[in-house]
Amino acid sequence: MTVLNQVCYRVLHVPESWTLKAYESIGGWSVWRKIIQEQTPPEEIVAELKLSGLRGRGGAGFPTGLKWSFINRNAPGQKYVLCNSDEGEPGTCKDRDILRYNPHQLLEGMAIACYVMGASKAYNYIRGEYYEGIERCEAALKEAYNAGLLGKNILSTDQTIDIYNHMGAGAYICGEETALMESLEGKKGLPRFKPPFPANYGLYGQPTTINNTETIASVPVILQNGGQWFLDLGRPNNGGTKIFSVSGHVNNPGNFEVPLGTPFVELLKLAGGVRTGHRLKAVIPGGSSMPVLPADIMLTTDMDYDSLVKAGSMLGSGAVIVMDETTCMVKVLARLSEFYKDESCGQCTPCREGTGWLARLVHRIEHGQGRMEDIDALERVAANICGRTICALGEAAAWPVQGIIKHFRAEFIYHVEHKGCLPECQH
Amino acid sequence: MTVLSQETITKIDQWTQKYPPEQRRSAVLPALLIAQDAHDGWLSPAIIEAVADYLAIPHIAAFEVASFYSMYELTPIGKHKISVCTNISCQLAGCQSIVEHLEQRCKTKLGATSADGQFTLRSVECMGACIHAPMLEVNKQYHENLTPEKVDELLSQLTNAGKPS
Repeated sequence: MTVLNQVCYRVLHVPESWTLKAYESIGGWSVWRKIIQEQTPPEEIVAELKLSGLRGRGGAGFPTGLKWSFINRNAPGQKYVLCNSDEGEPGTCKDRDILRYNPHQLLEGMAIACYVMGASKAYNYIRGEYYEGIERCEAALKEAYNAGLLGKNILSTDQTIDIYNHMGAGAYICGEETALMESLEGKKGLPRFKPPFPANYGLYGQPTTINNTETIASVPVILQNGGQWFLDLGRPNNGGTKIFSVSGHVNNPGNFEVPLGTPFVELLKLAGGVRTGHRLKAVIPGGSSMPVLPADIMLTTDMDYDSLVKAGSMLGSGAVIVMDETTCMVKVLARLSEFYKDESCGQCTPCREGTGWLARLVHRIEHGQGRMEDIDALERVAANICGRTICALGEAAAWPVQGIIKHFRAEFIYHVEHKGCLPECQH
Repeated sequence: MTVLSQETITKIDQWTQKYPPEQRRSAVLPALLIAQDAHDGWLSPAIIEAVADYLAIPHIAAFEVASFYSMYELTPIGKHKISVCTNISCQLAGCQSIVEHLEQRCKTKLGATSADGQFTLRSVECMGACIHAPMLEVNKQYHENLTPEKVDELLSQLTNAGKPS
């Protein structure tokens, strides 16, 4: 039996889980109090995170403990901690429920991050459409300040940490960490060339550590129960739990926080299985940017970083998009390509022009005007984007194309030959 | 010259105080959203300039932001802006029939405003409600697990809002 909600969703069973009272009732803020009272050496916290195997939950899977060790906390000057709550990867809605239902744990994680990094200021960049999340985070912030947990003279010490919520205005690209910083500076969300990396040159040109919401919200629980405990929840190199947003053709879509390494079939069972009367055709296992995998591969794959790479895709943001036999893969790709065309910031030519070409080519095939050579052209355009852009949106647009054509080329050929969908396709 | 109301300025100031004094520009995203809310849901060039002036940034800097992010409207819109997600999870959950139903009931097309000025329909990218697809957002509220019946109920609420009972 898979145990649910052990980390970021651990408070969800408590009524009004977003309040300070609810969070404290499950031991919330106790880690922060202990750190402040004992003045825990930051190196100890980083060591615990390294032991835990926590990896970035936003998509890239970078080891968090390692990232936290990049900042020279004793260097003079302002340093910043940023939380990336600009959740926008299609299929992903896990952070929304942390923001709405467990904002205090996120704040506690951000406070700890500030302490470790020697940063007196942190911003939580929340996408502008998450009205409820912004409200809850603002309310939680007020409660935490009133309780003396944040602000000046935290818990009667000389520690000062200020956390602020910031609001986006609708742009997928701002989930990219350097675009987020540009956006927070009040500009268009154009990703920056790296290096310099944020640890050296981040928000307002100052050293900055940026992590995803789920990553930061995991920290208090790791420190409370120990890095080893967290690691043991999952697998080596894949420590802890992960929230999977299971959407699409399942009976019971939902956010499921399960140990990494949970077999896909278990996760599918939690989501009520494939729609009654239908059979599994394909799954996008890690958000729309990750390559699709056909049913037979998914049914023997476990849900963790390494297993999904081995299977030919990636864990990404943990959005599991389930498709049954009624799904037209050409139509799926048409919609995804349209998305990346819309969201390309336009700064790099291969992405700006390439995403447009991809969208037009798939649109043509979907609408019965495609030619056989269009399928090869799709692959060629996708390959020409990869590695030639400032940020990973280029790859994010190319990988779905490559994945879908690799596994479902026959469907594209059918579309060209018959000028339409396979008979069983409805979506 | 367009002047922002005191109420709008008070709201904008709640944001400017979050950033270092020399970084007022950081408040431009929320400030434009606040100004938009206060001016019938869209940003005229005069209002964008007023926000830029208030934040002491070049006009072009505010125009760049207003034209880059999707939550800003640069032309007049209907009384209720309905944003329907049409991305992958909502597509798999049958958002197309919700879109068609909305178009029929609101008497307009996706991307357009109804002749009576009541409704603007927008197709939007993923709003992060994928496990409750299909969904739409109107007046800062998400409406999830949509069915044509739910849409009807919502539309009659919107139409009756403000009318004497």
